[in-house]
Amino acid sequence: MSEPRIMWRKAVNAVMLTLTGVAAFGVVCVLFLILGYLIFNGGHSLNLNFFTQLPKPVGETGGGMANAIVGSLKLLLLAALMGLPVGLLAGIYLAEFGGKTFSFIVRYTTDLLNGVPSIVIGIFAYALVVLPVKHFSALAGGVALGIMVIPITVRSTEEFLRGVPNSMREAAMALGASKWKTIVTVVLPAASGGILTGMLLALARVAGETAPLLFTAFGNRYWGQGWGQPIASLPVMIYTYAISPYDDWHRQAWAAGLVLLMLVLLSNLGARFILARSKAV
Amino acid sequence: MDSVSGVPQPALSVKPFRDPVHMEKTTTQPTEQSIRLEIADLNFFYGPKQAVFGLNLKIPTHKVTALIGPSGCGKSTFLRTLNRMNETIRNTRVEGKVLLDGQEIHQMDVVGLRRRVGMVFQRPNPFPKSIYENVAYGLRVNGFKGRLDELVEKSLRRAALWEEVKDVLKRSAFALSGGQQQRLCIARALAVDPEVLLLDEPCSALDPVTTAKIEELMFQLKDSCTMAIVTHNMQQAARASDFTAFMLDGKLIEHSVTSKLFTTPTDPRTEAYITGRFG
Amino acid sequence: MSAATTTMTREVPPKSGLRAFVDKLKGGDEIAHLITLTAAAGIILITSLLVLELWRTSQLSRAKFGWMFFWTKVWDANFDNFGAAPFIYGTLVTSAVALAIAVPLGLASAIFLSELAPRRLSDIVSFLIDLLAAVPSVIYGLLGIFIVVPLMRTTLGPALKKVLGFTPLFAGPNYGVGFLTAGIVLAIMVVPFIISVSREVLLSVPREQREAALAMGATRWEATWQVVVPWARTGIMGSVFLALARALGETMAVTMVIGNNPQISASLFAPGYTIASVIANEFTEATGDLYLSALIELGLVLFLMTFILNGLARILIVATERGGGRPA
Repeated sequence: MSEPRIMWRKAVNAVMLTLTGVAAFGVVCVLFLILGYLIFNGGHSLNLNFFTQLPKPVGETGGGMANAIVGSLKLLLLAALMGLPVGLLAGIYLAEFGGKTFSFIVRYTTDLLNGVPSIVIGIFAYALVVLPVKHFSALAGGVALGIMVIPITVRSTEEFLRGVPNSMREAAMALGASKWKTIVTVVLPAASGGILTGMLLALARVAGETAPLLFTAFGNRYWGQGWGQPIASLPVMIYTYAISPYDDWHRQAWAAGLVLLMLVLLSNLGARFILARSKAV
Repeated sequence: MDSVSGVPQPALSVKPFRDPVHMEKTTTQPTEQSIRLEIADLNFFYGPKQAVFGLNLKIPTHKVTALIGPSGCGKSTFLRTLNRMNETIRNTRVEGKVLLDGQEIHQMDVVGLRRRVGMVFQRPNPFPKSIYENVAYGLRVNGFKGRLDELVEKSLRRAALWEEVKDVLKRSAFALSGGQQQRLCIARALAVDPEVLLLDEPCSALDPVTTAKIEELMFQLKDSCTMAIVTHNMQQAARASDFTAFMLDGKLIEHSVTSKLFTTPTDPRTEAYITGRFG
Repeated sequence: MSAATTTMTREVPPKSGLRAFVDKLKGGDEIAHLITLTAAAGIILITSLLVLELWRTSQLSRAKFGWMFFWTKVWDANFDNFGAAPFIYGTLVTSAVALAIAVPLGLASAIFLSELAPRRLSDIVSFLIDLLAAVPSVIYGLLGIFIVVPLMRTTLGPALKKVLGFTPLFAGPNYGVGFLTAGIVLAIMVVPFIISVSREVLLSVPREQREAALAMGATRWEATWQVVVPWARTGIMGSVFLALARALGETMAVTMVIGNNPQISASLFAPGYTIASVIANEFTEATGDLYLSALIELGLVLFLMTFILNGLARILIVATERGGGRPA
């Protein structure tokens, strides 16, 4: 092999490897850019009013998004109540009971459901809950988010239950525990850290969802009138404010974006923290 | 003759009135001994593959019976049929009889059976709970109402672990050493006061000192418990058991008093195994 | 031989059906089984119901337009004439732009993380990238509107035009919003998915593969590009399909930057529309049953597109994990 050829190969090697590093660096920079920009712009506009006041009418400056924050929490509560139990139980089924063929179908369907675009989930919740009663409602928004929570919970629950060594199940059964007692008293507690993490991540993910809420929970510039009425939420507020022509609304959109991002990132970090701790035991 | 041992058998036609299952090996068993577990014509299958072949064995009360044999000979599988643990494995099938105090175990409630027939596994498998909760577990799931503290202490004492852990009962069981964990698992099994304790190579993951402790423990437990231990370690069988059964390829080859089996085996295959010629 | 030695295999006598069932119920196992089974079946029910509802509520539109729905370029609510072509076009174009940017970037980053970076650095960066994947799409939209759109209008767009303006792709007026902007925002959104799946796949390539190549005198890059990447290629393809499925279905970020104009245009600078954004924008305003039904049929089309892609992605990833993507 001739000398220049080796030089050339070494040069290619150096250039390409550098490029991969630059790419990775660039992607990480995007994260910091997002964070930095949001903190800069959002931090400017964030004040106490944002958390305590209702939105002001169009044209007036000031006001806050207290109703949207509470609305988002309410929607999450609904989603958790509807999605988490189904996801948890189905995950238990797959890990502890499932037969071969049926489990395969359930897993496949779960993945399918997980891949359905959120806007389509919104249409579904609309057809299911909004159409029959002819008006938007917090409940419909909760249903949409709840459906999205299910597949994420199922897969993480199953994964962490499978991580529990079989010897634990055998030990409990050999002591005379029935199967479900084994699951409830030994397997679930052993996997609880991971399962909780999965649930938290599922909720964090739907907390930022906008598309399925547009025509289910809709939006509301006032405090909601109850579960059967339209309700405000942070992501939808960000959307409406961002595409509006008013500078003051833009500022508030930044503030809301910062709050939402912090909410999501903190729950992600929290979830990882729980997982790390539960592994350390 | 497809007999389970080379011990000469009486002519079967002499006692035509007796149940053949009981009759077959009467003489291979030590006489004048009450029998806790009686296994008759036991076959076991993993799917289409047979792992235990027509096994007959009697396990005498308050004695230690050791099961030896090369790995893969079906001794662990056999042990696990005695408290129906194999039922937790998909696609398995069992044929034949297992009588606990004369009662067919396959007709018992499986939960009740496992309470009466406890098990200690190859690797220590404490629950991710405190030491105390580990021992109390069996009592709690069996709906025991009463003085848990006392029973936990008693079980830990029986497992010779009390002195070492009495001050740290609330600590995670994972904080214990391997040998302590295994004794904790024994204490956990003893807490529900089983009549029979099945030990599936309980010392294979332990060092010699701890192994000695557990053998000592087995000796003490004989007063209250019938034990069956699977071991790949012949010295352990020779030291710790009263009776020894030798298995090969899923079949019981020979079964007799331990001292006899190790000194004057009747079957050439047994002799080959205990003198280390295979396995 | 006498009766004693004939083997009498005895099946465990089965209990009568009802008795056995009641016994099991007492233990609680069957109840637990039943409850969890119900939940699992519930997922199948929900998913089937979803498909059924989409099918049922789009009935009106399907009956009226038939297959022409896919070819019609007009979207006119006043004359009840609806065609999906501009939206399908917009969806495909934005996703293609996104992949064109995200795949090289993502693959390069994944190679860096799996092959070059020290494990600690790789783990930290992967963690940050996972966080990036968790950022809600509306926030990407927010950044798209206020950063990418102005950037495109003032700097990036004119620059591209100067260099590549002779091709139809970069001709025509530049508004800042449009296919290209939407594609860029989408690319930023899907890059984390490509990186994290590809990194996993690359890490699962056996060490011996790398060592064999290096031992023959290959450079680090040659070992990676000629041996490791081909080995992992089906898995990498899977990650790309996943990213594509996500890009197709992405709603908010695209809606905020694509310009919302149902037209088919060769220029990437032109404003367009995607399936997801038209549903987001017009669903609540859809007056008339046919209008709503047409929007829902668009939803059905979107569902089918992502369904097929997700299925393919899953098959590819499973295939790699099973046998390694050994070159065929």
